[in-house]
Amino acid sequence: MDSVFSKVDRAPEDPILGVTVAYNNDPSPAKINLGVGAYRTEEGKPLVLDVVRRAEQQLVNDPSRVKEYIPIVGLADFNKLSAKLILGGDSPAIQESRVATIQCLSGTGSLRVGAEFLKKHYHQSVIYIPKPTWGNHPKVFNLAGLSVEYYRYYDPATRGLDFQGLLEDLGGAPSGAIVLLHACAHNPTGVDPTSEQWEQIRQLMRSKSLLPFFDSAYQGFASGSLDTDAHSVRTFVADGGECLIAQSYAKNMGLYGERVGALSIVCKSADVASKVESQVKLVVRPMYSSPPIHGASIVATILKSSEMYNDWTIELKGMADRIISMRKQLFEALQAKGTPGDWSHIIKQIGMFTFTGLNKEQVAFMTKEFHIYMTSDGRISMAGLSSKTVPHLVDAIHAAVTRVG
Amino acid sequence: MASSMLSLGSTSLLPREVNKDKLKLGTSGSNPFLKAKSFSRVTMTVAVKPSRFEGITMAPPDPILGVSEAFKADTNELKLNLGVGAYRTEELQPYVLNVVKKAENLMLERGDNKEYLPIEGLAAFNKATAELLFGAGHPVIKEQKVATIQGLSGTGSLRLAAALIERYFPGAKVLISAPTWGNHKNIFNDAKVPWSEYRYYDPKTIGLDFEGMIADIKEAPEGSFILLHGCAHNPTGIDPTPEQWVKIADVIQEKNHIPFFDVAYQGFASGSLDEDAASVRLFADRGMEFFVAQSYSKNLGLYAERIGAINVVCSSADAATRVKSQLKRIARPMYSNPPVHGARIVANVVGDAAMFGEWKAEMEMMAGRIKTVRQKLYDSLVSKDKSGKDWSFILKQIGMFSFTGLNKAQSDNMTNKWHVYMTKDGRISLAGLSLAKCEYLADAIIDSYHNVS
Repeated sequence: MDSVFSKVDRAPEDPILGVTVAYNNDPSPAKINLGVGAYRTEEGKPLVLDVVRRAEQQLVNDPSRVKEYIPIVGLADFNKLSAKLILGGDSPAIQESRVATIQCLSGTGSLRVGAEFLKKHYHQSVIYIPKPTWGNHPKVFNLAGLSVEYYRYYDPATRGLDFQGLLEDLGGAPSGAIVLLHACAHNPTGVDPTSEQWEQIRQLMRSKSLLPFFDSAYQGFASGSLDTDAHSVRTFVADGGECLIAQSYAKNMGLYGERVGALSIVCKSADVASKVESQVKLVVRPMYSSPPIHGASIVATILKSSEMYNDWTIELKGMADRIISMRKQLFEALQAKGTPGDWSHIIKQIGMFTFTGLNKEQVAFMTKEFHIYMTSDGRISMAGLSSKTVPHLVDAIHAAVTRVG
Repeated sequence: MASSMLSLGSTSLLPREVNKDKLKLGTSGSNPFLKAKSFSRVTMTVAVKPSRFEGITMAPPDPILGVSEAFKADTNELKLNLGVGAYRTEELQPYVLNVVKKAENLMLERGDNKEYLPIEGLAAFNKATAELLFGAGHPVIKEQKVATIQGLSGTGSLRLAAALIERYFPGAKVLISAPTWGNHKNIFNDAKVPWSEYRYYDPKTIGLDFEGMIADIKEAPEGSFILLHGCAHNPTGIDPTPEQWVKIADVIQEKNHIPFFDVAYQGFASGSLDEDAASVRLFADRGMEFFVAQSYSKNLGLYAERIGAINVVCSSADAATRVKSQLKRIARPMYSNPPVHGARIVANVVGDAAMFGEWKAEMEMMAGRIKTVRQKLYDSLVSKDKSGKDWSFILKQIGMFSFTGLNKAQSDNMTNKWHVYMTKDGRISLAGLSLAKCEYLADAIIDSYHNVS
């Protein structure tokens, strides 16, 4: 009998998550995984935050806790606290009940639910995304039915922001178009606009009624300060305009596998926010009915206790500081080795990733000869580096740059 | 109108210029189109443009989940929630299985990390799940013909399968039972998979319209997907007999249709995990290719953890590998990878012989309580109702739900007069009924049935 699946081809491995698959299959003891953005300690181990363990212990020990379905929009206190975290406790948008917040499956889930909502209810179905951006972004938006256009972002010549190109491309977008903005620590480049540049972007967008859709996956992870890293989002919200925000706790609370995040839709009025929330529920129900309880409960437990919140900010800063120190070590080691080229972008870029500027061939060479695992666009996860592994990476980069075009 | 205000407010929001304009127009309090907002040292006058979402209407509450919301709002002490299918103890309290608490404590002691799962989910979970469904020794398992990926409970697993159908079987229709779980059509609608209904429930007998079902399946275009409830049909509680399952498999094979099982109650129907998988195993025994969406919400009480799986039984290991890779491609832009917590609980429980045994015992206890409550409800109805109406359908139905045969007006009467919360299709969740409340419920049903049309 002929299989009904005979036309189903084998899909290639996901380009980002596939890096870890390849790394796991490599027997070499010298191998380094600089692929997916998951934090590692100096010992190269995954980290579960101490405050997370404490929150979990509290939850598991609580005899009154049940596993009943949570509402379609998720846990109420988690939603309130998440909105407060990204917008600031004194945000007028919150005080005026203009924010609809829906617990979703981490950043990806928040982006997808937001995009599906926009496809159904917003008059524009084109979204502008930066070039380059996280590999999964175009897929998320395409499957939600939005069409994707790119705006210039990264300038390979300066390894910095192509600000003129960005302004031109957003300036040329049709009125009302959706625009994806990385709130901080742009992935994959690590290149962020300055606050003056953010202000210009905001004015341009508001003048053309472009709808901002923020992807906030690194709040607190970029600079080490939760408030600083929320600055771009807050200035947009402060002007009274509308926007969408996809928030993730994967990195800043180390809750990767728990899939915790939130979609916030900042609206003009409380009435609109309430209607918007009711419609988002209709997107969620046929997708997965309601979100998972565990991760959101951990987040809520931490955010509502001032002691735990404090402890969290300290651990968070610790992670951010280690990454900043890795940047410094890598840069200084490349300088010391005399590797040709200007490597200052390593310390200028911010967040988990560095866009090295290495090309596909050089990356392939580094994987083959030195067992360095990274994405083919030249992105490395600083979180995967340690003082012990920096020398090996430096050797690999040096060899790639001097021996491979 | 506001247009002149719009050009003012939107193009330039630099503090200096805004203050100048604010002076020109007088105080913001008198002009309804301008609002002055102060943020630290910056005062911005913002024209109140209409919302981009102005035209959005308020969506109606979910017909099933909305019932619990309405129940919560009711202050009457006689109220009874027979809406959503979530198991309750005799004291009408939610129930966390002991074996689940054990597993969670173990996980905490071990200090498991929280790294991303692979897109397809936890390997140990996927293995345990396929084995639970088909039996560990089944050829489809041994020959690696099953593509299993962890999904977000039943709903999420159905959605992944629906997306696969839309992509690889363009134009193919899914046939769903009339009636079926309310969310099925929403899932296929959002996945853009066309659907139609096959006859299932016969209101005259409050039983299965078997001939109608077979006729409609036969009539469907060749290669249609047939959505089947593995056991404990939701909302009716009416399952085909083993002989009827054989005939259903025959007609599906005859028409080269593709079966698509929704298994949300394995273990909850009869109390036996193996017995409740009989229909699925019958199809697997025949070497058919088919889909099975599975949920641990009810049988392990893991409702809120959102843990389930989509299983695709293929004719070869190679096909299973390809199908699995494409399911991953669908999951990645939806939520990247699934949540770890519920998957670990299942893997721990199913993977440990002692805990698995404990689970089976708790499973039998839950299913047993429901059977006891069915019997008591039946006995109460028979003793109170003098009309001679045949209430035996209550005993013939199986699983968490009972289709009472009450229509919408009668169901409304149940709620408005008796504070009994149920879905408008006449479905009651026996999982939410206690022995103590059976007589009250019987009174409500008898009243609604006889006195309301």
